[in-house]
Amino acid sequence: MIPDIGLIALVIAFGMSVYATLMAINGEWSQQARWVASARNATVAVFGLLTISVLTVVYSLYVMDFSQAYVADVSSTAMSPFLRITALWGGQQGSVLFWAWMMAGFVAVVVLRKWESNAALMPYIIFVAMLTTTFFVGVVVFITNPFTKMWLVPGAKDLVIAIFQPANGQQYIPYNGSGLNPLLRHFGMIGHPPTTYLGFTGFVIPFAFAIAALMKKDTVSDLWIRSVRRWTLVAWIFLSIGLILGGRWAYDVLGWGGFWGWDPVENAMLMPWLTGTAFLHSVMMTEKRGMLKRWNILLIILTYSLSLFGTFITRTGVVGSVHAFSKTALGPAFLVFISITFIGAMVLLMSRWNDLKSEHEMESILSREAAFVLQNMLFLAITIAVLWGTVFPLITELFTETKITVGPPYFKQVTGPMFMALITLMGITPLLAWRKQSPRKLLLRLAVPLSGSIVAAIAWALLHPKSQLISIFSMGMVFFVIISILAEFWRGTSIRMSTRGENPLLALIKLVMNNRRRFGGYIIHLGVVMIALGFIGDAFYKQETQGTVSVGESLTIGEYSLRFDGLESYMGSDGREIVEAKTMLFKDGQPVKELRPRRDYFVVQEQPVSIAGVLSTPAEDVYVLLVGWETVSNQSSTFKIYVNPLINWVWIGGFVLAFGVLIGAWSKSRGNGEATYSLKNRSDELAGVVPVTQVSTGD
Amino acid sequence: MSKIRFLIIFLLTALAALLVTVNVLAQDPAPTTAPLVSISDNDVNLVAKKLYCPVCPNTPLDVCETKACKDWRAQIKDQLSQGWTEEAVIDYFVTQYGERVLAEPERGGFTSLVWILPVLIFALGLVMVWLVLRSWRSKRISQPAVLAPTPASSGLSKSLLDKIEAEIRKVD
Repeated sequence: MIPDIGLIALVIAFGMSVYATLMAINGEWSQQARWVASARNATVAVFGLLTISVLTVVYSLYVMDFSQAYVADVSSTAMSPFLRITALWGGQQGSVLFWAWMMAGFVAVVVLRKWESNAALMPYIIFVAMLTTTFFVGVVVFITNPFTKMWLVPGAKDLVIAIFQPANGQQYIPYNGSGLNPLLRHFGMIGHPPTTYLGFTGFVIPFAFAIAALMKKDTVSDLWIRSVRRWTLVAWIFLSIGLILGGRWAYDVLGWGGFWGWDPVENAMLMPWLTGTAFLHSVMMTEKRGMLKRWNILLIILTYSLSLFGTFITRTGVVGSVHAFSKTALGPAFLVFISITFIGAMVLLMSRWNDLKSEHEMESILSREAAFVLQNMLFLAITIAVLWGTVFPLITELFTETKITVGPPYFKQVTGPMFMALITLMGITPLLAWRKQSPRKLLLRLAVPLSGSIVAAIAWALLHPKSQLISIFSMGMVFFVIISILAEFWRGTSIRMSTRGENPLLALIKLVMNNRRRFGGYIIHLGVVMIALGFIGDAFYKQETQGTVSVGESLTIGEYSLRFDGLESYMGSDGREIVEAKTMLFKDGQPVKELRPRRDYFVVQEQPVSIAGVLSTPAEDVYVLLVGWETVSNQSSTFKIYVNPLINWVWIGGFVLAFGVLIGAWSKSRGNGEATYSLKNRSDELAGVVPVTQVSTGD
Repeated sequence: MSKIRFLIIFLLTALAALLVTVNVLAQDPAPTTAPLVSISDNDVNLVAKKLYCPVCPNTPLDVCETKACKDWRAQIKDQLSQGWTEEAVIDYFVTQYGERVLAEPERGGFTSLVWILPVLIFALGLVMVWLVLRSWRSKRISQPAVLAPTPASSGLSKSLLDKIEAEIRKVD
C-alpha cells in the first residue's frame, strides 16, 4: 500500500516535470506570465511528489518490506535502522531517485527565491532545469524503478523483477534481504553520498542560469553571472566535502593505507570539481573586468556535462568494461542525454559568440588577469589529462581489443607537476594587482614569503635527510603559499592596528569580516595547501612493511615497532565473523598505543573487510592491517604497517576549506552586496533598465 | 695430459668463483650469499605494487584481498626465490593475463598515446595562453594604470578610512 503511494507520486512527478518544462517555454514564447507561473507551481509540486516517493522508500527500508525488490536487495534484518535508511542511496534504483529528488529540490529553491529578481530569465531557467529533472525522473520511472516487486513465473529461470504482475506470475516475498554491500556499512554512508550528490546536482543551477541567459540573449547585463557564482559555490563546496569524505571513507574501509587511488569513480568526481574551481576563479574576471565571458560559459557547460558524465560512469559500470554499457538501457540513455546537453549548449554558445565580447583588455603580462588565464589553462589541462586517463582503457578496448589499466602512476606523473604549478600560482596571484603590477612592488611583497619558504624548506630537508629534491621543492612551495597568505592577514591586521588602534584580535576579525570574499578565499587556499600536504606526504614519504610474527614478537618500521599479543575471533552483530589482533605499538621503545586491527568476513556476501588499527597524529598516521593469520593455532599473524606522514592534514584542510567558504559566501547584509565592476561602470546605461534594488539583491 | 685437463678445470672453477664473488659483492654487500635467498613479504609487495589484480576491477595486486590474489602473491614469492628478476615476473604476468595487469601503461605502441596527449595538451595550453595574453595587450585601451594598493599611512580620519574601505570593497 505505502509503496504504491510512492509509485503513484513518482509517476505524477514525471508528468508534472514534462508539464513544467513545456509550460515554461510556451509561456515565454506566447508571453503569457500565468503559464510561466503555472510551470513554477508544477516545479515545486514535482519536488513535493518526489519527497513523498523518497519517504515511502525510506519507510519500506525501515520496516523491511521485503516484498519490494529494492528493499530486499539492499537491506536485511541484520542491519541497524540507521544503515537501512542510508540504504536509500546504497543501490542503483534508490540512488537515482535520491538524485532526482535533490535536483528537484535545488530547482524548487531557485524558482522560489529568484522568482522576483531573475524574472526575465525564469521561464528559461525552469525550461532547462526541468528538462534535466524530467530526464532523471524518467530514468527512475522507466529504467531503474525502486518500486518493483519479485515474481515467480513458471518456466522462467530467474525471478522476474517488475512492477505489475506478469501473466501466471506469483509474487515472491523473501524471508530476509541480502543486505547492503559490506563496504557501504560505515558511518561515512551518512555523509559522502549525499554531499556528493548535492554537489553533482547543484551544478544544474549555474548551468540553467547560463543557458537561460544565452537563450534570452541577456548575457550583456551580467546580472545572471552573480547568481551563477553563488550557486556554483554551493555546489562546489558540497562536491569538495563529498570528495574529502570519500577519501576518509576509503582510508577507513578499503584497507590499502591510502585515501585517493585515482579510481575512475574518484576521477569522475574530481573532474567537475576541477572545472568548477576554474570557473569560480575566472568568474571574477567577468565580474570585475568584464572579461572571459565566453570562457566562463564554456566552463559552466563543461562542469555540468562532467557531472552528468560522472553519474554515467558511477551508475552504469561502463568503466569496468565497455560491455557493461549496453546491459541495461541506463547507459545508452545517459550517453544520449549527455550528448544532447553538451552539443546543444555548445551550439547555443557559438550562436551567441559575438554578444559575449570582452569589455576590457589587459595592460601588462604581469597582472592578475594573466595569472588567472594561466591558472584556468592548468585546471583545464589537468581535467583533460584525468579524463583521458579515465577513458583510455575503454578506447584501447574498443580499438585494439586489449584490456589495459591506467593506474595511479600515470595520474601522479601527469597531473603532479601541473598541480605544483597551481600551488605556486596560489602563492603569487593574490599579490598581483588587476591590470598591471609593478615588478618592484611585487618583489617587495614576495620577499618575505620567498625567503621564509626557502628557510623552511632547508629546515625540512635537514629534518628529513632522505628526501628527494622534488619533495623538498614541493614542501617549499607549500610553505611559500602558507607564508604568503599569513603575510596578507598580518599586513591587513597591522594596518588596522596602527591606523585605528584596535587590538590584534579585533583588527583581525574586522579585517576578515569587512573583506569576506577576499579573506574567505585566503582561508580556502590555506585549506587546499593543507590537503596538498597530505598528498605530498603520501607521494614522497609513505613507508610500508609487511611481515609475519608469532605472539610476543615484533615487526619494525622506522622508529616504530608493533608487538603481536594475541588473536581472538568472535561473531559480529550483522552477520560478520570478526578476527581481531591485539597488538601494542612502540615508538623508540616506548609503548604508545594498543591497536586492534581486524578482519571482518561477511558470510552471506563472501566478502572480507579490513579494519585498520590506527595511531593518528598531525605528523603521521601509523596504519596497521591484519593481513593473515595461522588458522590452526592462532599463534602467528601477518601484519602490514603503513606510516602515512601528514595525512591528517587532508581532513583538517577539509574543515578549513568549508570554514573559508562560510566566511566568503555568507553575505553580510542582503541588499548591500558588492556591485560588479561592469555594472558599476555602466550604471548610467543600466539605471533606466534595471531597478537598483534588483541589482544588489542578485546574489 | 691429465695435468693440463686438471689445470683447465681448476682455472675455470676459479674464474667462475671470482665472477660469482665479484658479482655478489657488486650487487649486494649484505651477507646473503646463498643461491636461494629468502624473499620477504616486502620484496613481494614491491613487485606486486606494479601489477594490478587480473580479476578484480581497479585493485593493485599488493593490496587485493581475494584468495586468487593471495595465490598470485605466493607465486611471485616462489618466482623471486627462484632467482627471477622483477622484470621477469612482470613479463610473466603480462604474458599470462594480458596488459591489463600493468599499473602503468607501457610507453610504447598504442598505449603510448595515453602519455603523449597530456603533454601535447599542456604545450598547446601554454601557446593558447600566450596568444590570448598577446591579443589582449595589443588591443588594450590606453587607460592610466591602477597601481597595487599601497598600505595606508596612519593619520587618516576614521570616516575617510571607512569611505576608502567601502570603495575598495566595491572593487574587490
